[in-house]
Amino acid sequence: MNASAFTLGRAVRLSILIFGAVIFLAPYVFMISTAGKAQSDIFSSSLSLIPQHWSYVANFTKALTRVSMTTLLWNGVVVCALIFVFQVMIAIPCAYAMAKLKFRAARLMMVLVMLGLLVPIHATALPLYVAFDRLAVLNSYFALVAPFTISVFGIFLFLQFFRAIPDDLIHAARLDGMSELGIIGRVIVPNAWPAITAFAIFSVVAHWNDLYWPLIVVSNQAYATPPLGLLYFRAAEAGDDYGALMAATLIITTPLVAAFLLAQKRFVEGITMTGLKG
Amino acid sequence: MTALSLRGLEKSFSGNPILKGVSFDAGPGEFIALVGPSGCGKSTLLRILAGLEGADAGEIMLGDRDLLPVPAADRNIAMVFQSYALYPHLTAAQNIAVPLVMRKLTRAQRLPLIGPLMPGQRKAVAAIKRDVREMAVSLKIDHLLDRKPGQMSGGQRQRVALGRAMVRRPSVFLMDEPLSNLDANLRVHARGEIVELHRRAGVPTLYVTHDQAEALSMADRVAVMIGGSLLQLASPQVIYDDPAHIEVARFIGQPRINLFPSQVGADGTIGFGDIRVGLHRETVPAGASVTIGIRPEFIRVSRSGQQGLPARIDRIEFLGSEIILYCRLDAIGEPAVVKLSPAEGDGLAAGMPVRLDFSAGHLFVFAENGRRLPSTPVDAPASLETAHG
Repeated sequence: MNASAFTLGRAVRLSILIFGAVIFLAPYVFMISTAGKAQSDIFSSSLSLIPQHWSYVANFTKALTRVSMTTLLWNGVVVCALIFVFQVMIAIPCAYAMAKLKFRAARLMMVLVMLGLLVPIHATALPLYVAFDRLAVLNSYFALVAPFTISVFGIFLFLQFFRAIPDDLIHAARLDGMSELGIIGRVIVPNAWPAITAFAIFSVVAHWNDLYWPLIVVSNQAYATPPLGLLYFRAAEAGDDYGALMAATLIITTPLVAAFLLAQKRFVEGITMTGLKG
Repeated sequence: MTALSLRGLEKSFSGNPILKGVSFDAGPGEFIALVGPSGCGKSTLLRILAGLEGADAGEIMLGDRDLLPVPAADRNIAMVFQSYALYPHLTAAQNIAVPLVMRKLTRAQRLPLIGPLMPGQRKAVAAIKRDVREMAVSLKIDHLLDRKPGQMSGGQRQRVALGRAMVRRPSVFLMDEPLSNLDANLRVHARGEIVELHRRAGVPTLYVTHDQAEALSMADRVAVMIGGSLLQLASPQVIYDDPAHIEVARFIGQPRINLFPSQVGADGTIGFGDIRVGLHRETVPAGASVTIGIRPEFIRVSRSGQQGLPARIDRIEFLGSEIILYCRLDAIGEPAVVKLSPAEGDGLAAGMPVRLDFSAGHLFVFAENGRRLPSTPVDAPASLETAHG
């Protein structure tokens, strides 16, 4: 066997893959490049990837000082963590009940979950906004987190996973003296880590990058999430200072990129396991 | 004295009756095997006993306590599952410890991080560890305690499952085909071990199986369930030698019992070939259809002579210690199976005409509804009372 032998087919396949990778990576590479360029480089007529005047330090200083980058990142972490914790705390018992317990409303719940999957956030945004406004909870972590605490996608994902857990295991746990909550804590969760990891990736990526909902409920910079912070940065602070903007973008996307690279294997596993794409 | 008593248990799933009024008593320390074809309701019965399923009607008494309203966790009934149902994320030691942890530690003592700070927790945990080790030593799995189920063989997993069920000293022990996932050699070996474990534990044990060899060889009494009804509950010898129902006779015995259609004659006796059997204690109208049954080992083969019914050999199976003949009776075209010792079968070949001599004393007569009709050979009325009294 000769792995390095380049047949024609292999060369074609590889070049298609490389071409695709370049297309997907290009904006990001361009962002890294722009983050290091001075104003004059960016608006010069020639297009070059390597900055002529290295301005990384200046741009990053601007990005870090003009908006409170730590607040943005902290808000992002808090909001994503709260959303994820509540989603899991609600979705796992719910999915367990639907997968393994017999009760009369199970069919109705399944219909509701399906319905929930079909209704996009954009349809419910306005009523939610009005309600939050009346409750005077706009501009708070509550407003950012509450609408996402019940994730029908999460329920659906865990439901599929729990259905594969043998009934005998649950029966054995009951005979061993566990309550239903005990079963969830001692049997279901320890065996559901692949599903929880996969769901964590979907959830965190979606809410870290979400601009739509924060834009609606947050107008106070103190509660801005990273994408919203970028928007402010562009609108109010940076103007046409794209170097600093790209530096800020780089800072904000780095945590996710790092997390993805660290958990790359699990991420792929998660997608293959659920048969879904993000 | 009865330890466990079931009265008229009924259960149906979406209109399909699965259990049609099952009643029986189990003595303390009795080993009862529940056998029946798949779908006969034996596993459902076990799940109702365990509390995993509710019953539509009936009662389960353990001593003088009615178990039906008691939730599964509080019944103190242990069960070994066919799939073993070990917790895949826990080691063998942790698996065995689970029932003890759930029972002997308080809710607060079980909490992670905070639990060890609770008063008395250390002592209780040490006691649990000691019990688990003792159990493991008695099952000879103490060298496996740190392994997870995924790293164990089927036989080892089965022992861990037994350990988990026995460690808390249950008041009833249920087993749902615990040997069916083992290979044939291991299965025979494990039979003896389970009987031994049961003897040591001394609690009533219900053992569900579809393997009649397991049931006959292990149990004190065998309960044959067919179609949701308990047809017969008796010692293995009685089940085999004196079946109460045609289905019991058909289900127990390898190769299967020979069954032939017949009719009650005008004199109230039943004729089959040159044999006549009379019914006693029961009267069945002349002309009623009955079924005659005889086990393969009670048919003798002769190559010549006038005794017996003429037949032809279809096929011969050599099984080492015995020979199975598949014959066809010339007169009625029905198949008949005969079990012989290799010496008796010497020289027989497929296609040969033979005569089958039925020993009249071993004929069973079944009524049309399947019930056994007590019978006796007409020629030997003296044995009437002793044979089936």
